[in-house]
This record gives sequence, C-alpha cells and structure tokens, in this order.
Amino acid sequence: MKAFLFRRGLWAAQSAGWRAALRREIVQWLPQQARPGKGAWCWALICLALAVPGAAQAAPAIEHWVQPSGARVHLVQTAALPMLDVQIDLDAGSRRDPAPQAGLAQATAALLRAGVQAHGDRAALDENALAEAWADLGAQFSASATRDRLSLRLRTLTQPDLLQAAQDLLAQQLAAPAFAAPVWQRERQRWVARWQQGQTEPEVLAEQLLHAAVYGAHPYGQQARPETWAAIEAEHLRAFWQRHAQACSARVTLVGAIDRERADALVRQLLAGWQGHGCSVLPSVPEVPPLAQAQRIAQPFVVAQSQILIGQPGLARRDPDFLAFMVANQILGGSGFSSRLMQEVRERRGLTYDIHSRFVPGRHAGAFVVATTTQPQRAAQALALVQEEIRRFVADGPTQAELEHAQAALINGFGLRLDSNRELLQEVAALAWHDLPLNDLQTWGARVAALERAQVHRALQRVLQPERMVTVLFGGGPEP
Amino acid sequence: MHSMKPVWSKRFFARCGHCLASLAALAALLLAPLPFLAHAQPAPAPEQAAPAPSSASASASSAAQHFTLANGLTLIVLPDRRAPTVLQMLWVRAGSMDEVDGQSGLAHVVEHMLFKGTPTVPEGEISRLVAAMGGRDNAFVSRDVTSFHQQIPAARLPDVMRLEADRFAHNSWPDEAFWREMQVIKEERRQMVEESAQARMFEVFMASAWLAHPYRRPIVGWMSDLLSLQPADARAFYQRWYVPGNAALVVVGDVEVAQVRAWAERYFGALPARAVPERKPQTEPEQRGTRRIEYLGRTDRPLLVMGYQVPQLAHPDATDAASTDALALLLLAGVLDGHSAARLERQLVQGAAGRRVALEVSASFGYLGRGPQLFLLSGTPAPGVSPAELEAALVAEIARVAREGVSEAELRRVRNQWLAAEVFQRDSLFAQARLLGSYWAQGWPVDSSERLMRRLSAVTPQQVQAVAARHFSSQRLTVGLLLPEQAP
Repeated sequence: MKAFLFRRGLWAAQSAGWRAALRREIVQWLPQQARPGKGAWCWALICLALAVPGAAQAAPAIEHWVQPSGARVHLVQTAALPMLDVQIDLDAGSRRDPAPQAGLAQATAALLRAGVQAHGDRAALDENALAEAWADLGAQFSASATRDRLSLRLRTLTQPDLLQAAQDLLAQQLAAPAFAAPVWQRERQRWVARWQQGQTEPEVLAEQLLHAAVYGAHPYGQQARPETWAAIEAEHLRAFWQRHAQACSARVTLVGAIDRERADALVRQLLAGWQGHGCSVLPSVPEVPPLAQAQRIAQPFVVAQSQILIGQPGLARRDPDFLAFMVANQILGGSGFSSRLMQEVRERRGLTYDIHSRFVPGRHAGAFVVATTTQPQRAAQALALVQEEIRRFVADGPTQAELEHAQAALINGFGLRLDSNRELLQEVAALAWHDLPLNDLQTWGARVAALERAQVHRALQRVLQPERMVTVLFGGGPEP
Repeated sequence: MHSMKPVWSKRFFARCGHCLASLAALAALLLAPLPFLAHAQPAPAPEQAAPAPSSASASASSAAQHFTLANGLTLIVLPDRRAPTVLQMLWVRAGSMDEVDGQSGLAHVVEHMLFKGTPTVPEGEISRLVAAMGGRDNAFVSRDVTSFHQQIPAARLPDVMRLEADRFAHNSWPDEAFWREMQVIKEERRQMVEESAQARMFEVFMASAWLAHPYRRPIVGWMSDLLSLQPADARAFYQRWYVPGNAALVVVGDVEVAQVRAWAERYFGALPARAVPERKPQTEPEQRGTRRIEYLGRTDRPLLVMGYQVPQLAHPDATDAASTDALALLLLAGVLDGHSAARLERQLVQGAAGRRVALEVSASFGYLGRGPQLFLLSGTPAPGVSPAELEAALVAEIARVAREGVSEAELRRVRNQWLAAEVFQRDSLFAQARLLGSYWAQGWPVDSSERLMRRLSAVTPQQVQAVAARHFSSQRLTVGLLLPEQAP
C-alpha cells in the first residue's frame, strides 16, 4: 500500500478504493456484438444459454442477527480453509469530514495502527510493538475510509490460539487506539509529500478536476489538501473516532471457518470497548445535486498522453433503477473488451489502450465517469468520438441483442463473483451496508433476467444527461 | 507482501495486452518473493510462548498433479472444489528475454495478436465467448513468460480448452490487424511508461544494471522498436516459441484430474510435436564497479533505486553456495521490509536514529525468474535530505546487519507471516495457478512451495548476517536516481 500511495498520491488511492468498490458491485466482461438468437447463441459446437432465470448457481447461506448493542451481524460459514475474514463498516466515511478538515476520516483510519493504550489487563503498545504483534500472528489488519464507510478488516488463521490472540489484540485496538500525536505529525508530512508528487501527475490532476466539478459543494467532493491536513490534530482523530465508532450502527460481516456462536462472541468482544461512545444520530447528508449545465475544463500541459474524463452524478445504490443502469453501464463501457466504447475507440480505431465507464453507487449518487487516454495529437478526435458514443447510447439505448448478451454474461458469471472468501466478504458487506434484503443474491439472477430493453433505456435516460456533463481534457490543448 | 513491491513495479514488470484493472495486482504477484502454496510445515521454534501459525493450520488438503503429453506439453491440475468455477492458464516459456535486439516488445505484441483470431475463430471472438459464458479472460507477459488465462464456470472448461488449443496452434491475422494493434500497444507504452517518470527511470536503470543479459530490455519495448516491428516479426516469434514442448497448461478449480487429462489429450495432445529452439545463455559478465544513472523527469521528489547483483536460487532443493545464500537473502528482505515495523521503516522513515531520512523505503529480492536477480533497495528522501544521504543510510542498514546480525525473533516473524500467507493465498484460484505456472517456467516441481518453506525454516540468523556481509559490495551495485527536471 505504501508503494502504491507514493505513486498515485493519497487522493488517487481514495479514488482507487472507490473503483474497487465499484468492481464489487458490477460483474465485468460481457459480449457486445449483437447476434440474433432465441434462447441460445451457438458458435461451432459451443452453445451458450442466454438469460435463463433460475439458472444461477446457489447463493451463499447468509446468517444475520442483531446484537443487543444494535450491531448488525452477517455471517457466511465456509470451512474449506482454516481462515476467517472480518469486516466492520462504520458510517464514518469522508462524507462525514468537516470541510476545513477534509481527510479526517482517512487520517483516523490510518492512525488506528499508531499504537494502543493499556486496556483491561493488557499493556500499552507503541506503533512498532503493535505491528510486530500482528506480524507474529501472521494476521492482517487494515483500516480505510471511502466516501461512505470507514472499514476495518481482519484476516486471520482460525487455529484456536491464533484466533483468540487476534481477537484480543483487535478488541484492544478498537477500544483504546492511541492516536499518538508524533506519529500523526510524521504521517502528515508523508501525505503532504505524496500530494505534492500527485500534482505532477496528469492522471491525478485530471481526476481531481473532474470530481470537484461533478460534486460541487457536496461532501462527496471534499478533497484533502495540505491545508486541510494542517487543520487536523491528534485530538481531532480521537474525537472523530469516538463520535463515529458506534456499535448501534455498525455492520459486521464475517466469512470463514467459524460457527455462529463463536462469531457472536467474537463480535461482542470486538465492539465492547465502544459502549462509552454512545449512540448519537448523525446528521443527514443531502443528495448530490444534478449538474445545471455542461462544463468543459481544458488544461494545457506537456504530456506524452492526454487524459480524457467525462462525468456527472450517477445514482445511489438503493435507487430503484440501480440494476437497470448497471446493465446499461456494462454495455456502454463497464465490461472490458466487448463494451461499445472499447470496440469503437480501441479495437476499431486503435486510439487508446484503456477506455471504460464506471459509476459509484453509494448511499448517494457517486460519479458516473467515462475515462480514456490517448496521444495528444489525437485527443480531439477521441474526445469527439466518445461524446458521440455516449449521446447515441443514451438516445437509442442498447439493442435487444446487446441486452440479452449482457444478461447472459451477468447470470452465467454469478458464480465467479462468489468463488473466494474475499469476494464473498465484499458482496455480503455491501449487502449489509446498503440494508438490502438477505435474499438479494438469490434473487439477483432472476431480476437481471427480467429486465426489459425499454426499462434499461428509461433508466439510462433518467440518469444520464449527455448535454450537461463535465468534460476534462488534460494535456490535449496547444503546448504552452 | 505489498511492501516487497517497489514503487514502479506496476508499470514495469507485467504487460497485459488484454488487461485493464488487474495490472497492479498482477505485478505484485509476479514480484512477490513468497512461496504461496501450502503443505506441511515444520513447527515453530519451541521456546516461543506466544501463539504462532502451526503446520496443522498451514497444511494443504490437496496437491497439484503433473503430466507430460506425448508432444511435450506439460499439464498441471490442482482440484479446488470450494466453488463451481475453474481457472485455466496456458503458459509459454517465452517472454521479453527471448527477444533479440531491435525487436524489443515482440513477445508482448505476439500476446496481443493471439486475440486476433484463427482460421475458424474471428478476431475478438474468444473474449466474447468467454464473456457470454460468464467468464473473464486476459493475458500477460513478463520477462520470462507469456500467459493466457480464463476463469469460467467449471462446466465450460472443455470449451475454453478447445479455444486455447486452437489459437496456440493456429493463430493467424491479416497485416491490417497488426498495424491497428500496434497503435494500441504504443498507447499502452505511453500510458504505462512514458507518462511515469518513475517507470522511465527504472527502464534506464535496468538497461544499465544488465549488459549482456536480455533482462536489460523493457518488456513493453523501446518506442523505436515498436515503430519498426513488422507483421512478419510477430509471425516468426509465434512460430518459433509457441510449440508444445515450450508450454504448460495449468488448471485449478472444481475439476476431476482424470477428466481434465482426457480433455487435454484431446485438444492439446493432438497438436504435432516440434523442436524447442535453442536458447543462448547470454550470461552476464561479473560486475567490477558501481554504475550510476540519473534520469531527469516530471517529478516532485527524487527517487533512489539501488540494485545489487546477487546469487540466484537454482532449485528449491539445491544446496550449492549460491542457492543457500539466495534463501538467506530472501529472509534478509523480509527482515528489512517485511512489515510496517521492519528495520528500514523504523530506522529511515520513523527516524529511530534521531533523524528522518526517507518518506518511503522498500527492499525486495525476486527469487523467481529465469534470469539473474537483483536485490533492490529503494526510497524517497525526506525533505532536506539528499539522495546521497539516503543511499548512505540504506547501505548503513545492510552494514548493521552484517556487523550485528539479526535476531531469531525477527526471522520467526517473517516466517510466521509466510506461513499464514500460504493459507490466505489458497483463497485465490489465480494466485495458485500463477505460482504453479511460475514454478514450471523455472523447471521446478509442483510442490516447490513446501520445499521452499522447509528450506527457509532452516535458515539461521548467522546465515542472514553472512549474506549481508558477503553480497553487498559497491562493486556489484547499480544506482538509479530520478531527479526533478527543472530547478524547484
């Protein structure tokens, strides 16, 4: 992680986290070339079933209960490997940052590693003793904040003595994080340096410009900078933690070789230290406002390759059109090789190595973005082409054949979404975070199969307004 | 493990023609000098009181099986029945090190062209078919190998095996498709290398660290070579290296071994055997003095990379001096940079010695590779610290190990992480298949992880101290330095 942060800058790492979140929501890869067919598409000896409801592989059995503290627990028991993954999600993402202290949620998450105070009969550990304790157990602890959530993750072996030791250590860390001031001051210097490095990288700068324009003053658009980090001191981290680390609103997801009784006891111990934090109701966050008009941001910059980004607010995860829009995005640019944008811009014309569309379905409407890069001499051509493809797709919608192939790919690929503990954890944690029905995964295939072209087209037209998008062209203008 | 990954690895080590999102993960995998497959492990040191990963938790429930078809193609199958999915990877022992001067980047170009069709399967059709199955497909090229992979519902394995065998033997395309794809590949080079000052410096660094060995060439190729490659060059490389005796099919997932073997015999076994071309050794001459390069680029902060030519592990069972030292070097890298409280972070970044010298540091040693290896140290100097001071501080940390040694606790910590990582890796079909393919590329057995862990468990603190003293002579050092192109 540290190596990654260095190159991309802290902000970019945050963005990458969202891309990862997006990939969790959206199964990638599907065929684009439309072919007529009724129920099956055959090539040579290979026939593929198209969009067969009920053909989906079995979804995992999710056990769910609510603890007396209010913590909502989701468990998937998988005994094949002697390991356990635990994720705790808190309503403490960067949307909760006070604007002058943008970056507070991320700093709080990062500084959870900066040592623990004495707790119960356990002695204090400084940052290095804590890191060594985790390494000794072979266990992995991480904490990160995206726009919505502050997520705490533990991956450990389930050998009983190791599991108990990891549980004890994490409970102490969550109950009594030290938020040591000298560590924060040191980390802050490193983050500022990474930010300054990011200011030399067009990829980072272009994303910053796009998100500022798409989100405006909404908390989703807050970006940490040296002056906002300067306004954060160790006591702010502690206060943010105590306000937001609340058992009553926590979602805890477990996947691995553990039974329900043991899981329940583990979660109780992990969250026990938060009793004193209470259960305050956090203020509601407004929705991301739609854009009033098109905006074009052109930055001349000497580059080997121009950055092209087009975006606008997308939709929230609980939006009724989520599934239909997800399928539309797959067809446009969310499915890698066979998406329309990839076919038109890369495969037919060789204008780029990478082009895709993505959206971030959070508690609010995260950005919908189309991104590509190309050599500066061809940037204007590529930009015009991408804009025309978006406009045409929104105006005409997908063809019936495109829709059927997207449905087939998504339904047939359902099993691949859930074939590791890591993926199960992500899927179930997302379900828990968004308060989706427990059978959401079971019914998913049938709901995808039931989508009709008109419905997908309506969702597309409701969410996207090609005439009011933000366009960033970085490095495509005349050289200064 | 992430800390084993130098900053520029994402852009340097792997070139995926088809890949978009997974490049960083892949590069990390290719570089990670850790054995991943788990089998029985020796018990931890008896004197420790704290719990530690034991052989019981790390033992594998299944083992890979290895076959050789009559035409020379290798088949490796590892059942993993946790979910009804399967991963197929076809490995060809032909990477950028098998190119010749003037044709750098050719292995990667050929990897792209394998998606351009066969007489019976049109361009792009494999990806479309795999997608319609609900699967994902991609490919990558490293210095050592080219690899194509599909993850699909288990029932589709014979379909993708047939498609893979078809393009392995019958890939063909018109010149027009080649020229179109070269546009994409030049964009890939711009995106991955030319837009990154770090990647460009590292390219020059590698070209300086190796003189005779082909590891000196960038995987994606020099731009001048990309501009002059011809369709005939790609066809010749494909004809030369894509032969059954130079390839391995690795299948991991919800499968029966006998059934996979029968399918492999049917689709790959039918291909005619052909001679594997001769390989020139291209042995690197002994380095006799420090080499230094600077690269001026668009960066805010300097980046320092130091590479020492060190011995290589010949085989997991090899007991020659070089191999024994290579194992100790692997532990040394872990002691220096195995976790966030390891030596380099503590001494240089936290400034335990009283002064912060670096903002970021890393140490890594790749034990997997057909060619010679470097022990790499890298870092970004803290504000007010010169690159020379950082270099001296990194050298001093190695010297401190050579002088004072390392503790048994430090080694135990590194081993415990590896033991656990072996179990965690088994959560990923891709990680398991990648490791099996990498071992095959080295000519190592399928149970190399088990053998390596056994050897690593026997490495003593004295051996780690000895390699720190023996292999970090400035005579065998190459230093790369990225500096801001204009005065601040």
